[in-house]
Amino acid sequence: MSEPLHRALGLTDEEHGRVVETLEREPNTAELAMYAAMWSEHCSYKSSKVHLRELPTEGPHILVGPGEDAGVVDLGEGLACVFKMESHSHPSAIEPYQGAATGVGGIVRDVLSMGARPVAILDPLRFGPLEEPRNRWLMSGVVAGIGGYGNCIGIPTVGGEVKFAEAHGANPTVNAMCVGFAPADRVIHAQAEVGAQLVLIGSRTGRDGIGGVSVLASRTLEEGSDEQRPSVQIGDPFAEKLLIEACLEMIESGLLSGLQDLGGAGITCAVSESAARGGTGAEIDLDAIPLREPGMEPFEILTSESQERMLAILRPESFGPVKAVCERWGLEHRVIGRATPEEGVRVMSRGKVVAEVPARSLADEGPTYDRPMSPPREQDDLLADDPADQPATVAERESLLRLLGSPNVASKRWVYEQYDSLVGGNTLAGPGSDAALIRIEGTRRAVAVSTDGNGRYGHLDPYLGGAHAVAESARNVACAGARPLAITNCLNFGNPERPEVMWAFRQTIDGMGEACRALGTPVTGGNVSFYNESGDSAIWPTPVVGMLGLIEEYGRRVGMAFTAGNAVYVLGETLPELGGSEYAEAILGTVSGRPPALDLDRESALIRLLVDGAQEGVLAGAHDCSDGGLAVTLAESAMAGDCGFGVSLPDEDLPPHVALFSESASRAVVSVEPERVEAFEALAARQEVPFARLGETGGAVMVFDGLFELPVEEARNVYESAIPTLMRRKTPAA
Amino acid sequence: MKPRIGVITFPGSLDDRDARRAVRVMGGEPVALWHGDSDLQGADAVILPGGFSYGDYLRTGAIAHFARIMDTVREHAEHGGPVLGICNGFQILCEAGLLPGALVRNRSLSFVCRQVHVRVDSDRTPFTRDLRLGTVLDVPVKHGEGQFVADTETLARLEEQGQVVFRYCSPAGDLGDEWNPNGATDHIAGVANPRGNVVGLMPHPEHAVDPDTGPTGGRALFESLLASFVPAAS
Repeated sequence: MSEPLHRALGLTDEEHGRVVETLEREPNTAELAMYAAMWSEHCSYKSSKVHLRELPTEGPHILVGPGEDAGVVDLGEGLACVFKMESHSHPSAIEPYQGAATGVGGIVRDVLSMGARPVAILDPLRFGPLEEPRNRWLMSGVVAGIGGYGNCIGIPTVGGEVKFAEAHGANPTVNAMCVGFAPADRVIHAQAEVGAQLVLIGSRTGRDGIGGVSVLASRTLEEGSDEQRPSVQIGDPFAEKLLIEACLEMIESGLLSGLQDLGGAGITCAVSESAARGGTGAEIDLDAIPLREPGMEPFEILTSESQERMLAILRPESFGPVKAVCERWGLEHRVIGRATPEEGVRVMSRGKVVAEVPARSLADEGPTYDRPMSPPREQDDLLADDPADQPATVAERESLLRLLGSPNVASKRWVYEQYDSLVGGNTLAGPGSDAALIRIEGTRRAVAVSTDGNGRYGHLDPYLGGAHAVAESARNVACAGARPLAITNCLNFGNPERPEVMWAFRQTIDGMGEACRALGTPVTGGNVSFYNESGDSAIWPTPVVGMLGLIEEYGRRVGMAFTAGNAVYVLGETLPELGGSEYAEAILGTVSGRPPALDLDRESALIRLLVDGAQEGVLAGAHDCSDGGLAVTLAESAMAGDCGFGVSLPDEDLPPHVALFSESASRAVVSVEPERVEAFEALAARQEVPFARLGETGGAVMVFDGLFELPVEEARNVYESAIPTLMRRKTPAA
Repeated sequence: MKPRIGVITFPGSLDDRDARRAVRVMGGEPVALWHGDSDLQGADAVILPGGFSYGDYLRTGAIAHFARIMDTVREHAEHGGPVLGICNGFQILCEAGLLPGALVRNRSLSFVCRQVHVRVDSDRTPFTRDLRLGTVLDVPVKHGEGQFVADTETLARLEEQGQVVFRYCSPAGDLGDEWNPNGATDHIAGVANPRGNVVGLMPHPEHAVDPDTGPTGGRALFESLLASFVPAAS
């Protein structure tokens, strides 16, 4: 007996019942495909919606919050910043190059569809250990795909992160974030008005990506998932580049009332969302859509996820000029329908109605679930096993070298040298910095962007995992001298139908929400990626935060590098916190214990100090203290500036390995020129941030008084060679 | 009057805005040129910028050299007008036969974006005429297909006639494989035509003029070019 069609498409029997109830009849195949796509977890957020409501979304500088293609933040001087993050993990697990490439293409179109010029891309990535050939194949493919696409469209890839854990072996996490700029008064909304024309611009519609959202992104990957390769879309970055330039030209000329990208669920999603937002209906004619191959069924055309397509919404009198722009850029363009006063979306093919459904029922009235939640049974044991209880069996010098060579900490040059980080000419700080800095041309302003998320913390305590992701990204932005403004996020989790996953999800939201409220950085939108598991392997709860910050005078920006002759300070307090640390994993071989506590008042004070310190010019350098603790932070600043230091650890109560490698939160290492020492200490005291002077920069050696010495060059060799050495191992073809 | 420097936009050009900005920053007047036009709008010199013209799907630069404006560029070059091809622009000039040799995939097989050093090995071009031989410039590269190759005869001729303009080198100007980002033959980063007025190079001087974004080794090329239009004081 064959499976009923709705189940094959990913709809449950109850959901099918709801469709019948809405339509007051059985849906036909095309309609069923439309509902399956729009009511998929990926498009409808049906398992996450009830929880996402708990996140703070409002603030004085938020122009557009969640619900649109991307969030919009006011940067002052009439400028707006559009930004968003999204996951493309499922397609990347099956076809890493195209999966990652089209992830970049999709997030860029999301930003473009708000009327902004995309100016920066960041890519947070998680893979299994590189000792495994398959993980090397995945990372090579994903990085080549991000570069292959991003490098061809004239948008610099300026940051991101790459981390490794066993839990991401079967299911890599591939997120992509895009940032764009627009004049604040030109931000556009994909909203139809009655009589408006719907014009499809860009590539032809083919059979690629059909079922992408419902089959790939909303289910776990099972054995034989390689057979789903046809569900992965194929990217054409050249077409994307033309689309970007043509759309921006149309927006600048005021030709468009709305612009929507075609991503997940293709035409169905673009048309129903624009209509629902404008409170109109829509009629589209499938015969008008340029197809890549003959004989496509209506349901295929309606749900195809062919890339590099945009839906422009315009008044009929604008069509002439729109056509001229498209022809100049060599882009196909076709009127495929119009917004109607009726409520429904009507789809025509060969003069017949092939589907007719209420727009809102597709876009806004999908099912929502409040799924059962319960903590995993082993959680308490994991927390109780504190790595700080274990004796240090490896000498401190050796420990530091091993941490610098651990792929989580080691230089990611192998990755980011494959990305064009310079195009656009506004990259003030690129990959390898705490936060990327993008200048806003024609002003003295720059935005700072950082993406962060610590998988171990999420695994051990998802509440803290969510909170730390916000705090660390805010700290990174502040280290550059920028004031944190708002976040986007990508919430990567396992199967939400499992109560442990749902529990971790809710905990993450609660932690993230609390940190966002305390730091004054609302959530402008983002993406939820569930079902990141296969067989008995689920990813760790992996919230990734993309923080946006603003520096009003980029001449005041601060870098992490040491220069000789400056005083070195650690800000914040170091506690015996090795739980979930890089030291615990890389040296002690355990991922356990309680992650560092987070005092959000202290975090706020530190951020204020870093921002004010940059503003007042008292900081020569600042670097966030996180993975690998104080020792790694000092070493990174030394390597960045090719300048050693001599320090003594302030706290004599802590065993040396704890003082060096504890990952206590709300800390940073700063360097201060001798003549600014007094001003700096006064400022730190005023902001009530604990600080300790550790020593001075200079020389070619890193000296930890009474403990050990390590030449900067020796550290650099280990730090730079770790990932290239692993990647040089033979990678068999997949 | 400021010298007018044309920058051609092909479909898929990426660094065209950056090249125009660099011209402006350095004191020239940038002129935006479109691949489908045939008019150089009175430009004194022409830049073919970096990017992936036509997606580089066939072969880098292979389609762009058929663009209508290329006939005018050829004419401009034949009359001795300065032409600079950067990265993809270099590839287009090679495909168009205006420069010798070809650019193939990097030896690493990967795209590479990093700061490099190049040594000036010819001062017989408008872009280097004010520079001392052996000057080392700090400039970035970013390309997947930047490995310069040519047959033995061509290479010998290039050396003999002083057509090798730039070579990858150490900060001190020494040659060695560790300083060569793409495996280019004889570390060649840029070449000129026999007359010296057409130059192509893989590094991006237009991304090295602003101290806020990094090293400024590109300024010297623009300074030299712009100075070449100032009538010599009599």
